[in-house]
Amino acid sequence: MFWKQYVKEMAQLGINSIGIVLLISFFIGAVICIQMKVNIESPWMPRWVAGYTTREIMLLEFSSSIMCLILAGKVGSNIASEIGTMRVTQQIDALEIMGVNSACYLILPKILGLLTIMPFLVIFSSAMGIVGAYGTAYIGHIMPPDDLTLGLQHDFVPWFMWMSIIKSQFFAFIISSVASFSGYTVEGGSVDVGKASTDAVVTSSVLILFSDVFLTQLLS
Amino acid sequence: MIEVKNLYKSFGDKEVLKGINTVFEDGKTNLIIGQSGSGKTVLMKNLVGLFEPTSGQVLYDGRDFVRMSKKEKVMMRREMGMIFQSAALFDSLSVLENVMFPLDMFSSMNLREREKRAMYCLDRVNLSGAEKKYPGEISGGMQKRVAIARAIALNPKYLFCDEPNSGLDPKTSLVIDDLLHSITQEFHMTTIINTHDMNSVMGIGENIVFIYEGHKEWQGVSSEIMNSTNKRLTDFIFASDLLKEMRQAVTGKQ
Repeated sequence: MFWKQYVKEMAQLGINSIGIVLLISFFIGAVICIQMKVNIESPWMPRWVAGYTTREIMLLEFSSSIMCLILAGKVGSNIASEIGTMRVTQQIDALEIMGVNSACYLILPKILGLLTIMPFLVIFSSAMGIVGAYGTAYIGHIMPPDDLTLGLQHDFVPWFMWMSIIKSQFFAFIISSVASFSGYTVEGGSVDVGKASTDAVVTSSVLILFSDVFLTQLLS
Repeated sequence: MIEVKNLYKSFGDKEVLKGINTVFEDGKTNLIIGQSGSGKTVLMKNLVGLFEPTSGQVLYDGRDFVRMSKKEKVMMRREMGMIFQSAALFDSLSVLENVMFPLDMFSSMNLREREKRAMYCLDRVNLSGAEKKYPGEISGGMQKRVAIARAIALNPKYLFCDEPNSGLDPKTSLVIDDLLHSITQEFHMTTIINTHDMNSVMGIGENIVFIYEGHKEWQGVSSEIMNSTNKRLTDFIFASDLLKEMRQAVTGKQ
Protein backbone atom coordinates (compact mmCIF):
# COMPACT_ATOMS: atom_id res chain seq x y z
CA MET A 1 0.00 0.00 0.00
CA PHE A 2 2.86 2.39 0.86
CA TRP A 3 4.58 1.80 -2.49
CA LYS A 4 1.34 2.37 -4.36
CA GLN A 5 0.89 5.70 -2.58
CA TYR A 6 4.56 6.58 -3.09
CA VAL A 7 4.38 6.03 -6.86
CA LYS A 8 1.05 7.89 -7.02
CA GLU A 9 2.52 10.89 -5.18
CA MET A 10 5.60 10.93 -7.42
CA ALA A 11 3.27 11.10 -10.41
CA GLN A 12 0.91 13.65 -8.88
CA LEU A 13 3.52 15.97 -7.39
CA GLY A 14 6.43 15.44 -9.76
CA ILE A 15 5.41 14.15 -13.16
CA ASN A 16 2.43 16.52 -13.29
CA SER A 17 4.80 19.43 -12.60
CA ILE A 18 7.17 18.65 -15.46
CA GLY A 19 5.13 20.68 -17.95
CA ILE A 20 5.21 23.91 -15.96
CA VAL A 21 8.88 23.40 -15.04
CA LEU A 22 9.89 22.92 -18.69
CA LEU A 23 7.77 25.84 -19.90
CA ILE A 24 9.11 28.33 -17.35
CA SER A 25 12.69 27.07 -17.65
CA PHE A 26 12.63 27.41 -21.45
CA PHE A 27 11.52 31.03 -21.36
CA ILE A 28 13.71 32.03 -18.44
CA GLY A 29 16.73 30.44 -20.18
CA ALA A 30 15.90 32.37 -23.33
CA VAL A 31 15.35 35.67 -21.50
CA ILE A 32 18.54 35.38 -19.44
CA CYS A 33 20.52 34.73 -22.61
CA ILE A 34 19.00 37.77 -24.36
CA GLN A 35 19.56 40.03 -21.33
CA MET A 36 23.17 38.93 -20.98
CA LYS A 37 23.87 39.38 -24.64
CA VAL A 38 22.20 42.80 -24.88
CA ASN A 39 23.40 44.29 -21.59
CA ILE A 40 26.85 42.79 -21.01
CA GLU A 41 28.15 42.80 -24.56
CA SER A 42 31.20 45.04 -24.96
CA PRO A 43 34.50 44.86 -26.83
CA TRP A 44 36.20 44.01 -23.55
CA MET A 45 34.07 40.95 -22.90
CA PRO A 46 34.58 37.56 -24.55
CA ARG A 47 31.78 36.58 -26.98
CA TRP A 48 30.93 33.48 -24.99
CA VAL A 49 30.05 35.37 -21.78
CA ALA A 50 26.25 35.29 -22.42
CA GLY A 51 26.28 31.48 -22.69
CA TYR A 52 28.50 31.13 -19.66
CA THR A 53 26.36 33.36 -17.41
CA THR A 54 23.13 31.76 -18.64
CA ARG A 55 24.44 28.33 -17.66
CA GLU A 56 25.66 29.50 -14.26
CA ILE A 57 22.41 31.31 -13.40
CA MET A 58 20.25 28.38 -14.48
CA LEU A 59 22.37 25.84 -12.66
CA LEU A 60 23.13 27.71 -9.47
CA GLU A 61 19.91 29.54 -8.73
CA PHE A 62 17.02 29.16 -11.13
CA SER A 63 16.75 25.38 -11.44
CA SER A 64 17.01 24.82 -7.71
CA SER A 65 15.81 27.86 -5.76
CA ILE A 66 13.48 29.77 -8.09
CA MET A 67 11.94 26.62 -9.50
CA CYS A 68 11.29 25.38 -5.94
CA LEU A 69 9.62 28.71 -5.15
CA ILE A 70 7.34 28.10 -8.12
CA LEU A 71 6.74 24.52 -6.98
CA ALA A 72 5.97 25.78 -3.47
CA GLY A 73 2.98 27.50 -5.06
CA LYS A 74 1.85 24.60 -7.21
CA VAL A 75 2.74 21.55 -5.14
CA GLY A 76 2.47 23.18 -1.69
CA SER A 77 -1.06 24.44 -2.24
CA ASN A 78 -2.02 21.10 -3.77
CA ILE A 79 -0.79 19.15 -0.72
CA ALA A 80 -2.25 21.53 1.86
CA SER A 81 -5.67 21.72 0.22
CA GLU A 82 -5.86 17.95 -0.38
CA ILE A 83 -4.98 17.02 3.20
CA GLY A 84 -6.98 19.94 4.61
CA THR A 85 -10.10 18.87 2.71
CA MET A 86 -9.62 15.32 3.95
CA ARG A 87 -9.43 16.69 7.49
CA VAL A 88 -12.61 18.83 7.34
CA THR A 89 -14.61 16.12 5.56
CA GLN A 90 -13.63 13.59 8.27
CA GLN A 91 -11.70 11.37 5.84
CA ILE A 92 -8.69 11.51 8.17
CA ASP A 93 -10.94 10.53 11.10
CA ALA A 94 -12.16 7.61 8.98
CA LEU A 95 -8.55 6.49 8.49
CA GLU A 96 -7.87 6.74 12.23
CA ILE A 97 -10.98 4.72 13.07
CA MET A 98 -9.82 1.99 10.71
CA GLY A 99 -6.57 1.83 12.70
CA VAL A 100 -4.50 3.46 9.96
CA ASN A 101 -1.75 5.85 11.00
CA SER A 102 -3.12 8.75 8.96
CA ALA A 103 0.01 10.93 9.11
CA CYS A 104 2.20 8.07 7.98
CA TYR A 105 -0.23 7.00 5.26
CA LEU A 106 -0.86 10.49 3.87
CA ILE A 107 2.27 12.55 4.55
CA LEU A 108 5.24 10.18 4.29
CA PRO A 109 4.61 9.17 0.65
CA LYS A 110 4.27 12.85 -0.29
CA ILE A 111 7.57 13.83 1.33
CA LEU A 112 9.47 10.85 -0.08
CA GLY A 113 7.79 11.17 -3.46
CA LEU A 114 8.78 14.82 -3.86
CA LEU A 115 12.31 14.18 -2.57
CA THR A 116 12.70 11.41 -5.15
CA ILE A 117 11.37 13.33 -8.13
CA MET A 118 13.00 16.71 -7.37
CA PRO A 119 16.50 15.95 -8.77
CA PHE A 120 14.93 15.01 -12.09
CA LEU A 121 12.98 18.28 -12.15
CA VAL A 122 16.21 20.20 -11.45
CA ILE A 123 18.04 18.43 -14.29
CA PHE A 124 15.13 18.91 -16.70
CA SER A 125 14.90 22.57 -15.74
CA SER A 126 18.62 23.22 -16.35
CA ALA A 127 18.51 21.38 -19.65
CA MET A 128 15.40 23.22 -20.79
CA GLY A 129 16.94 26.59 -19.84
CA ILE A 130 19.84 25.79 -22.14
CA VAL A 131 17.41 24.75 -24.89
CA GLY A 132 15.72 28.15 -24.41
CA ALA A 133 19.09 29.88 -24.77
CA TYR A 134 19.74 27.96 -28.00
CA GLY A 135 16.29 29.05 -29.14
CA THR A 136 17.39 32.68 -29.00
CA ALA A 137 20.52 31.81 -30.95
CA TYR A 138 18.92 29.66 -33.67
CA ILE A 139 15.48 31.26 -33.97
CA GLY A 140 16.03 34.78 -32.65
CA HIS A 141 19.56 35.11 -34.09
CA ILE A 142 20.61 37.02 -30.99
CA MET A 143 24.08 35.48 -31.10
CA PRO A 144 25.91 32.82 -33.08
CA PRO A 145 25.19 29.31 -31.73
CA ASP A 146 28.89 28.54 -31.67
CA ASP A 147 29.53 31.40 -29.24
CA LEU A 148 26.72 30.12 -27.05
CA THR A 149 28.09 26.57 -27.11
CA LEU A 150 31.54 27.89 -26.23
CA GLY A 151 30.11 29.78 -23.24
CA LEU A 152 28.02 26.84 -22.05
CA GLN A 153 31.10 24.61 -22.07
CA HIS A 154 33.49 27.16 -20.59
CA ASP A 155 34.92 26.29 -17.17
CA PHE A 156 32.15 23.87 -16.21
CA VAL A 157 32.23 22.81 -12.55
CA PRO A 158 30.29 19.53 -12.07
CA TRP A 159 29.93 20.28 -8.34
CA PHE A 160 27.47 23.08 -9.23
CA MET A 161 25.07 20.47 -10.58
CA TRP A 162 25.31 18.50 -7.32
CA MET A 163 24.96 21.71 -5.34
CA SER A 164 21.75 22.46 -7.18
CA ILE A 165 20.40 18.97 -6.51
CA ILE A 166 21.38 19.07 -2.82
CA LYS A 167 19.68 22.44 -2.37
CA SER A 168 16.56 21.20 -4.13
CA GLN A 169 16.36 18.24 -1.72
CA PHE A 170 16.18 20.61 1.23
CA PHE A 171 13.59 22.71 -0.55
CA ALA A 172 11.53 19.64 -1.50
CA PHE A 173 11.44 18.63 2.17
CA ILE A 174 10.41 22.15 3.18
CA ILE A 175 7.61 22.31 0.59
CA SER A 176 6.12 18.89 1.34
CA SER A 177 6.44 18.95 5.14
CA VAL A 178 5.21 22.53 5.65
CA ALA A 179 2.25 22.00 3.31
CA SER A 180 1.38 18.65 4.91
CA PHE A 181 1.52 20.18 8.39
CA SER A 182 -0.70 23.09 7.33
CA GLY A 183 -3.27 20.74 5.80
CA TYR A 184 -3.18 18.15 8.56
CA THR A 185 -3.80 20.67 11.32
CA VAL A 186 -6.74 22.45 9.67
CA GLU A 187 -9.80 22.96 11.83
CA GLY A 188 -13.07 24.31 10.51
CA GLY A 189 -14.35 24.42 6.95
CA SER A 190 -13.51 25.40 3.40
CA VAL A 191 -12.36 28.91 4.35
CA ASP A 192 -9.82 27.40 6.74
CA VAL A 193 -8.61 25.00 4.05
CA GLY A 194 -8.01 27.97 1.74
CA LYS A 195 -6.18 29.80 4.52
CA ALA A 196 -4.03 26.74 5.26
CA SER A 197 -3.17 26.49 1.59
CA THR A 198 -2.08 30.14 1.45
CA ASP A 199 -0.14 29.81 4.71
CA ALA A 200 1.64 26.73 3.36
CA VAL A 201 2.80 28.59 0.24
CA VAL A 202 3.90 31.71 2.13
CA THR A 203 5.68 29.82 4.91
CA SER A 204 7.49 27.42 2.62
CA SER A 205 8.51 30.26 0.26
CA VAL A 206 10.01 32.25 3.14
CA LEU A 207 11.78 29.17 4.49
CA ILE A 208 13.18 28.38 1.04
CA LEU A 209 14.56 31.92 0.70
CA PHE A 210 16.20 31.85 4.13
CA SER A 211 17.63 28.37 3.75
CA ASP A 212 18.87 29.26 0.25
CA VAL A 213 21.17 31.87 1.79
CA PHE A 214 22.60 29.41 4.31
CA LEU A 215 22.87 26.51 1.87
CA THR A 216 24.57 28.63 -0.78
CA GLN A 217 27.10 29.82 1.79
CA LEU A 218 27.58 26.31 3.11
CA LEU A 219 27.96 24.54 -0.22
CA SER A 220 29.97 27.15 -2.15
CA MET B 1 -21.04 -5.05 25.10
CA ILE B 2 -19.78 -1.54 25.63
CA GLU B 3 -19.95 -0.07 29.11
CA VAL B 4 -19.42 3.62 29.74
CA LYS B 5 -18.52 4.46 33.33
CA ASN B 6 -18.48 7.95 34.77
CA LEU B 7 -17.32 9.54 31.51
CA TYR B 8 -16.37 13.21 31.63
CA LYS B 9 -15.09 15.34 28.77
CA SER B 10 -14.20 19.03 28.91
CA PHE B 11 -12.92 21.44 26.28
CA GLY B 12 -11.11 24.14 28.25
CA ASP B 13 -13.58 25.40 30.84
CA LYS B 14 -16.58 23.93 29.07
CA GLU B 15 -17.68 20.57 30.41
CA VAL B 16 -19.53 18.75 27.62
CA LEU B 17 -19.96 15.27 29.12
CA LYS B 18 -20.86 15.25 32.80
CA GLY B 19 -20.41 11.74 34.12
CA ILE B 20 -22.14 9.46 31.61
CA ASN B 21 -22.93 5.93 32.80
CA THR B 22 -24.55 3.58 30.33
CA VAL B 23 -24.39 0.21 28.60
CA PHE B 24 -24.67 -0.54 24.87
CA GLU B 25 -25.79 -4.10 24.37
CA ASP B 26 -24.50 -6.78 21.99
CA GLY B 27 -26.46 -7.59 18.85
CA LYS B 28 -28.74 -4.60 19.33
CA THR B 29 -29.31 -1.31 17.59
CA ASN B 30 -28.40 1.16 20.32
CA LEU B 31 -29.42 4.77 19.74
CA ILE B 32 -28.02 7.92 21.30
CA ILE B 33 -30.51 10.74 21.02
CA GLY B 34 -30.56 14.32 22.24
CA GLN B 35 -30.74 17.91 21.11
CA SER B 36 -28.01 19.51 19.04
CA GLY B 37 -25.13 20.43 21.35
CA SER B 38 -26.18 17.95 24.05
CA GLY B 39 -22.93 15.96 23.65
CA LYS B 40 -23.98 12.99 21.47
CA THR B 41 -21.17 13.33 18.94
CA VAL B 42 -18.62 14.04 21.67
CA LEU B 43 -19.76 10.87 23.45
CA MET B 44 -19.37 8.84 20.25
CA LYS B 45 -15.94 10.32 19.52
CA ASN B 46 -14.89 9.34 23.05
CA LEU B 47 -16.16 5.82 22.45
CA VAL B 48 -14.07 5.39 19.30
CA GLY B 49 -11.02 7.23 20.65
CA LEU B 50 -11.11 10.30 18.43
CA PHE B 51 -11.30 12.30 21.69
CA GLU B 52 -9.55 11.42 24.95
CA PRO B 53 -12.00 11.60 27.86
CA THR B 54 -11.10 13.89 30.76
CA SER B 55 -11.90 10.99 33.09
CA GLY B 56 -13.92 7.79 33.14
CA GLN B 57 -13.87 4.40 31.47
CA VAL B 58 -15.04 2.94 28.15
CA LEU B 59 -15.09 -0.84 28.46
CA TYR B 60 -15.29 -3.05 25.36
CA ASP B 61 -16.24 -6.48 26.72
CA GLY B 62 -14.44 -5.51 29.92
CA ARG B 63 -11.33 -4.08 28.22
CA ASP B 64 -10.77 -0.41 29.10
CA PHE B 65 -10.23 1.38 25.81
CA VAL B 66 -9.14 4.63 27.47
CA ARG B 67 -6.22 2.99 29.30
CA MET B 68 -5.03 0.96 26.31
CA SER B 69 -1.65 1.65 24.74
CA LYS B 70 -1.54 3.21 21.28
CA LYS B 71 -0.78 -0.17 19.72
CA GLU B 72 -3.65 -1.85 21.59
CA LYS B 73 -5.99 0.92 20.44
CA VAL B 74 -4.97 0.37 16.82
CA MET B 75 -5.72 -3.35 17.19
CA MET B 76 -9.01 -2.58 18.93
CA ARG B 77 -10.05 -0.23 16.14
CA ARG B 78 -9.86 -3.07 13.67
CA GLU B 79 -12.92 -4.44 15.46
CA MET B 80 -14.77 -1.16 14.83
CA GLY B 81 -16.52 0.27 11.82
CA MET B 82 -17.76 3.82 11.62
CA ILE B 83 -20.15 5.69 9.37
CA PHE B 84 -19.67 9.43 9.52
CA GLN B 85 -22.30 12.13 9.11
CA SER B 86 -20.67 13.16 5.82
CA ALA B 87 -19.99 9.51 4.80
CA ALA B 88 -16.26 10.47 4.66
CA LEU B 89 -15.55 8.43 1.56
CA PHE B 90 -12.12 8.86 -0.02
CA ASP B 91 -12.69 11.17 -3.01
CA SER B 92 -9.79 9.85 -5.03
CA LEU B 93 -10.94 6.23 -4.82
CA SER B 94 -13.81 4.57 -6.66
CA VAL B 95 -16.71 3.01 -4.77
CA LEU B 96 -15.11 -0.44 -5.01
CA GLU B 97 -11.69 0.87 -3.93
CA ASN B 98 -13.31 2.62 -0.95
CA VAL B 99 -14.88 -0.63 0.22
CA MET B 100 -11.67 -2.55 -0.48
CA PHE B 101 -9.54 -0.03 1.43
CA PRO B 102 -9.76 -1.64 4.91
CA LEU B 103 -9.27 -5.05 3.29
CA ASP B 104 -6.17 -3.80 1.43
CA MET B 105 -4.77 -2.43 4.68
CA PHE B 106 -5.52 -5.20 7.13
CA SER B 107 -6.67 -8.45 5.57
CA SER B 108 -4.46 -11.29 4.41
CA MET B 109 -6.76 -12.05 1.46
CA ASN B 110 -5.41 -12.00 -2.07
CA LEU B 111 -6.68 -9.42 -4.56
CA ARG B 112 -9.43 -11.66 -5.97
CA GLU B 113 -10.74 -12.51 -2.49
CA ARG B 114 -10.67 -8.85 -1.48
CA GLU B 115 -12.63 -7.87 -4.57
CA LYS B 116 -15.11 -10.65 -3.94
CA ARG B 117 -15.61 -9.56 -0.34
CA ALA B 118 -16.02 -5.89 -1.36
CA MET B 119 -18.53 -6.85 -4.05
CA TYR B 120 -20.46 -8.90 -1.46
CA CYS B 121 -20.58 -5.88 0.88
CA LEU B 122 -21.75 -3.62 -1.96
CA ASP B 123 -24.37 -6.17 -2.91
CA ARG B 124 -25.47 -6.31 0.73
CA VAL B 125 -26.22 -2.57 0.65
CA ASN B 126 -27.89 -2.88 -2.78
CA LEU B 127 -25.15 -1.07 -4.66
CA SER B 128 -24.10 -3.67 -7.20
CA GLY B 129 -23.29 -1.91 -10.45
CA ALA B 130 -22.00 1.28 -8.84
CA GLU B 131 -18.54 -0.07 -8.03
CA LYS B 132 -16.71 1.88 -10.74
CA LYS B 133 -18.25 5.24 -9.86
CA TYR B 134 -16.54 7.85 -7.71
CA PRO B 135 -18.07 9.37 -4.55
CA GLY B 136 -18.69 12.66 -6.36
CA GLU B 137 -20.81 10.87 -8.96
CA ILE B 138 -23.33 9.26 -6.59
CA SER B 139 -26.16 10.62 -4.39
CA GLY B 140 -25.94 11.27 -0.65
CA GLY B 141 -27.98 8.15 0.13
CA MET B 142 -25.71 6.01 -2.03
CA GLN B 143 -22.65 7.53 -0.35
CA LYS B 144 -24.06 6.51 3.03
CA ARG B 145 -24.60 2.98 1.75
CA VAL B 146 -21.03 2.83 0.44
CA ALA B 147 -19.89 4.01 3.89
CA ILE B 148 -21.91 1.16 5.45
CA ALA B 149 -20.35 -1.35 3.02
CA ARG B 150 -16.87 -0.04 3.86
CA ALA B 151 -17.61 -0.18 7.60
CA ILE B 152 -18.71 -3.83 7.48
CA ALA B 153 -15.97 -5.01 5.08
CA LEU B 154 -13.79 -6.33 7.90
CA ASN B 155 -16.72 -7.85 9.82
CA PRO B 156 -16.46 -5.46 12.79
CA LYS B 157 -17.82 -6.32 16.22
CA TYR B 158 -18.85 -2.73 16.86
CA LEU B 159 -20.50 -0.38 14.38
CA PHE B 160 -20.76 3.35 15.07
CA CYS B 161 -22.97 5.66 13.01
CA ASP B 162 -22.92 9.42 13.46
CA GLU B 163 -26.26 10.78 12.24
CA PRO B 164 -26.53 8.41 9.27
CA ASN B 165 -29.83 9.99 8.17
CA SER B 166 -28.76 13.61 8.09
CA GLY B 167 -29.43 15.27 4.77
CA LEU B 168 -31.50 12.36 3.47
CA ASP B 169 -35.17 12.30 2.50
CA PRO B 170 -37.56 10.30 4.75
CA LYS B 171 -37.78 7.36 2.35
CA THR B 172 -34.00 7.02 1.97
CA SER B 173 -33.66 7.42 5.74
CA LEU B 174 -35.91 4.41 6.22
CA VAL B 175 -33.81 2.40 3.76
CA ILE B 176 -30.64 3.29 5.72
CA ASP B 177 -32.34 2.47 9.04
CA ASP B 178 -33.56 -0.90 7.81
CA LEU B 179 -30.13 -1.67 6.40
CA LEU B 180 -28.35 -0.82 9.66
CA HIS B 181 -30.86 -2.82 11.69
CA SER B 182 -30.70 -5.90 9.48
CA ILE B 183 -26.89 -5.80 9.28
CA THR B 184 -26.72 -5.53 13.08
CA GLN B 185 -28.82 -8.67 13.45
CA GLU B 186 -27.15 -10.56 10.60
CA PHE B 187 -23.59 -10.00 11.85
CA HIS B 188 -24.56 -9.82 15.55
CA MET B 189 -22.78 -6.48 15.95
CA THR B 190 -23.05 -3.90 18.68
CA THR B 191 -24.38 -0.95 16.71
CA ILE B 192 -24.50 2.55 18.14
CA ILE B 193 -26.30 5.25 16.20
CA ASN B 194 -26.35 8.97 16.95
CA THR B 195 -29.58 10.35 15.60
CA HIS B 196 -32.17 13.11 15.64
CA ASP B 197 -34.52 11.13 13.44
CA MET B 198 -37.72 10.20 15.25
CA ASN B 199 -38.54 7.51 12.68
CA SER B 200 -35.26 5.81 13.61
CA VAL B 201 -36.05 6.16 17.31
CA MET B 202 -39.46 4.59 17.03
CA GLY B 203 -38.54 2.14 14.28
CA ILE B 204 -35.20 0.53 15.11
CA GLY B 205 -34.32 1.70 18.63
CA GLU B 206 -33.77 -1.39 20.76
CA ASN B 207 -31.82 0.43 23.44
CA ILE B 208 -32.16 4.21 23.51
CA VAL B 209 -29.96 6.57 25.52
CA PHE B 210 -31.24 10.13 25.82
CA ILE B 211 -28.50 12.68 26.49
CA TYR B 212 -29.49 16.02 27.96
CA GLU B 213 -26.91 18.76 28.52
CA GLY B 214 -24.05 16.29 28.84
CA HIS B 215 -25.61 13.70 31.13
CA LYS B 216 -27.73 10.61 30.58
CA GLU B 217 -31.30 11.67 31.19
CA TRP B 218 -33.10 8.48 30.25
CA GLN B 219 -32.48 5.00 28.89
CA GLY B 220 -34.98 2.46 27.62
CA VAL B 221 -36.63 0.93 24.57
CA SER B 222 -38.78 2.67 21.99
CA SER B 223 -42.05 1.17 23.29
CA GLU B 224 -41.45 2.85 26.68
CA ILE B 225 -41.17 6.32 25.18
CA MET B 226 -44.90 6.71 24.54
CA ASN B 227 -45.72 6.28 28.23
CA SER B 228 -42.64 7.95 29.63
CA THR B 229 -43.18 10.54 32.31
CA ASN B 230 -39.78 12.15 31.73
CA LYS B 231 -40.75 15.63 30.57
CA ARG B 232 -37.39 16.44 28.96
CA LEU B 233 -37.60 13.24 26.91
CA THR B 234 -41.19 13.72 25.81
CA ASP B 235 -40.57 17.41 25.03
CA PHE B 236 -37.71 16.33 22.79
CA ILE B 237 -39.40 13.38 21.11
CA PHE B 238 -42.83 14.90 20.68
CA ALA B 239 -41.64 18.38 19.78
CA SER B 240 -43.97 18.90 16.83
CA ASP B 241 -47.75 19.39 17.14
CA LEU B 242 -48.33 16.40 14.87
CA LEU B 243 -46.34 14.05 17.10
CA LYS B 244 -48.03 15.49 20.22
CA GLU B 245 -51.42 14.74 18.70
CA MET B 246 -50.31 11.23 17.74
CA ARG B 247 -49.15 10.57 21.28
CA GLN B 248 -52.40 11.91 22.67
CA ALA B 249 -54.38 9.69 20.33
CA VAL B 250 -52.40 6.59 21.37
CA THR B 251 -51.97 7.18 25.10
CA GLY B 252 -54.42 9.91 25.96
CA LYS B 253 -51.54 11.90 27.48
CA GLN B 254 -50.78 15.53 26.66
